[in-house]
Amino acid sequence: MKTMKHPDSTRRSAGMRLHGMIRKETLQILRDPSSIAIAFVLPLVLLLIFGYGVSLDAEHVPIALVVEHPSAQTSSLTSAFYHSPYFDPTGYPHIRQAEEALREKKVDGIVWLRDNFGGETLSAGRSPVGVFVNGVDANNARIIQGYMEGVWAKWLEQFSAAQGMSVEMPVTLEQRIWFNPGLRSRDYLVPGLIAVIMTLIGALLTAMVVAREWERGTMEALMVTPVSVREILLGKIIPYFILGMGGMLLSVAMAVWLFQVPLRGSLWVLLGTSALFLLVALGMGLLISTLAKNQFMAGQVAIITTFLPAFILSGFIFDIGSMPAAIQWITRLIGARYFVAILQTVFLAGHVWPVILANSLALLIMGVIFLALVKRRTQKRLE
Amino acid sequence: MLNRIFALMIKEFLALLKDKRSRTVIIVPPLLQLIVFGYAATYDLNRVPYAIYNEDPGAASRELAARMEGSPTFHLVADLQNDSQIAPMINARKALMILHMGPHFTRDLLLDQSSKLQVIVDGRNSNTAMLALGYVRNIVSRFSEQWASEHGGVRPPARLNIRTWFNPNLESRWFIVPGIVGLLTLVVTLLVTALSVAREREAGTFDQLLVTPLHPVEILLGKVMPGFIIGSIEASFIILVAVFWFHVPLLGSLTALYTGLFLFLLSAIGVGLMISSIAVTQQQGLLGAFLFLVPSIILSGFATPIANMPPFMQDLTLLNPMRYFLVIIRSVFLEGGSVSLLWPQYWPMAVIGMVNLSIAAWLFRHRLY
Repeated sequence: MKTMKHPDSTRRSAGMRLHGMIRKETLQILRDPSSIAIAFVLPLVLLLIFGYGVSLDAEHVPIALVVEHPSAQTSSLTSAFYHSPYFDPTGYPHIRQAEEALREKKVDGIVWLRDNFGGETLSAGRSPVGVFVNGVDANNARIIQGYMEGVWAKWLEQFSAAQGMSVEMPVTLEQRIWFNPGLRSRDYLVPGLIAVIMTLIGALLTAMVVAREWERGTMEALMVTPVSVREILLGKIIPYFILGMGGMLLSVAMAVWLFQVPLRGSLWVLLGTSALFLLVALGMGLLISTLAKNQFMAGQVAIITTFLPAFILSGFIFDIGSMPAAIQWITRLIGARYFVAILQTVFLAGHVWPVILANSLALLIMGVIFLALVKRRTQKRLE
Repeated sequence: MLNRIFALMIKEFLALLKDKRSRTVIIVPPLLQLIVFGYAATYDLNRVPYAIYNEDPGAASRELAARMEGSPTFHLVADLQNDSQIAPMINARKALMILHMGPHFTRDLLLDQSSKLQVIVDGRNSNTAMLALGYVRNIVSRFSEQWASEHGGVRPPARLNIRTWFNPNLESRWFIVPGIVGLLTLVVTLLVTALSVAREREAGTFDQLLVTPLHPVEILLGKVMPGFIIGSIEASFIILVAVFWFHVPLLGSLTALYTGLFLFLLSAIGVGLMISSIAVTQQQGLLGAFLFLVPSIILSGFATPIANMPPFMQDLTLLNPMRYFLVIIRSVFLEGGSVSLLWPQYWPMAVIGMVNLSIAAWLFRHRLY
């Protein structure tokens, strides 16, 4: 039928059909406000919760101080702990009470200045100070230990200098931390969060749209119209893509202005790579929607396959390089992994082309595979 | 009455498990995720890529470099020959860290007893950077001490004598894996409950249920039981895997653990059913499930400590049942927690569960749509 028409008019009617599909989807979006809520309210709420809720910087850690034999030296050390922004010390008269407090989780650590603290023990490579840390949260415990060592080293240096001694070790470490000299965990967590949030939004927007049409029987109705599969899919992707990009812009604006994360790369690179990632996220949602026969199933699959993998396997918080090799391979299947790498680089380091291009290519491949699968599965079910 | 609830329960189980794909979705992914996440979610560093830029021909720098190479935490990826190679290595994430020893490293050490080791770290992931620096500092200070004792010189200063309780080797897996028990139990419970009422509403079968002699409380019980049974079977299995596969020590009493699990399931099912009864469509149900699931994982202390959050966020976590369950499960696993010690964690979950279930039961008949 098509071949009989003039090619130009075919193209025009194809444009019309696509336009019609987009209009239909847009009306559907506008009439059930939940999609708009997903695209704009969800990033706002989630980024607020994540941005404030996720932090690895320990401050005001409650600790117990036990001084067995008060002297001028012990009080100068305890005041160093009192003045540190990292600690919130409470004095305990005896180690047994302090241990009780540690067991009841009133404090996270104990600093115990024993009765032989002072003079002799401070210089001879001995350890007159006992420290106990609650190690249940291993990462936090390690950070707290680091802070304690810092307070101790600084105090010891001042103390030795006052006594005219040197405690300098033969090799000193001169550290340069690039991109994030203050080691603010928020600066790397917030860009990563954008990837996690956009994974959720992309999947939530589209996970149910095709399943819903099948369930209600409107897909069959669409199939008997001259609209082609490609036009149906494009009609579904384009409105949600625009919604998703809106959500993305909102997230970036919040990261830069609210959370003060430096944006060293350009906005254009960020938007370009975001568009690629959004294609992957929407493609994944559409694929779930196409493969699942009904909304119930699509919803369940979306819950399982989006948030937790993006949270744990994307490298946003857990270092991928430290995972076992087999697990590292699995992380390659997670689109968010590539976007996290891009975002952390574009925000904190700027335009590092090897990182940006390699990860963009991976995103492109994933997006094409998802959309091709969606198209194939939709055609098969026509027959 | 029991008969009727039982019949409804059977119907709910059939609705969930009759379809093979739906059965697979509830059973297989949580178990796969347990294994994958158990290995993936760790803060411990392993084979951190680093490069050395050693301009010094002397013996001391070579010995220090050998110590780094001997550490299982680090993995040497390149030997740099000049300054200009440093930036590309770090920028492209080929190395997390560059150790730079200047041309007079050994000479300074021999003459002045003092030398500098420059470390350049990629701070894009600040937690990894901080941990890696900590490891390097350890290696360097051990090297320094040995150098000082061999060559005579400054005696090493006094040190803190640090012991860690409950997790002596600071294995972050011991912290994370019990957390995954809570995480996956929550996901499974929500999968089973969050769409169940919304689906019946959309299909119109819920109206049919309402005109039967079943009391709303009976409908509620029929909807609660499948979540309860599936949730506790999967949680038990996950606990077994945590103990026998990941070898996380389980020191406390099972009574304390299962009291916590019972109350946690109650509160999670309560929230799930409430979401489901508010939702008119399944899409809204799904949105509600995510709106609950995501914040409750973020604000539970699963990956980052609650104590690091701003005060108003910390108050918000008090509404989150998972927060209490994570304290319970970690305490029972690692600290040997008992029922009496964990009492403050039990009752908030019971309250959250009861309140949500009552709202859900009320909404069954009063929801306008």
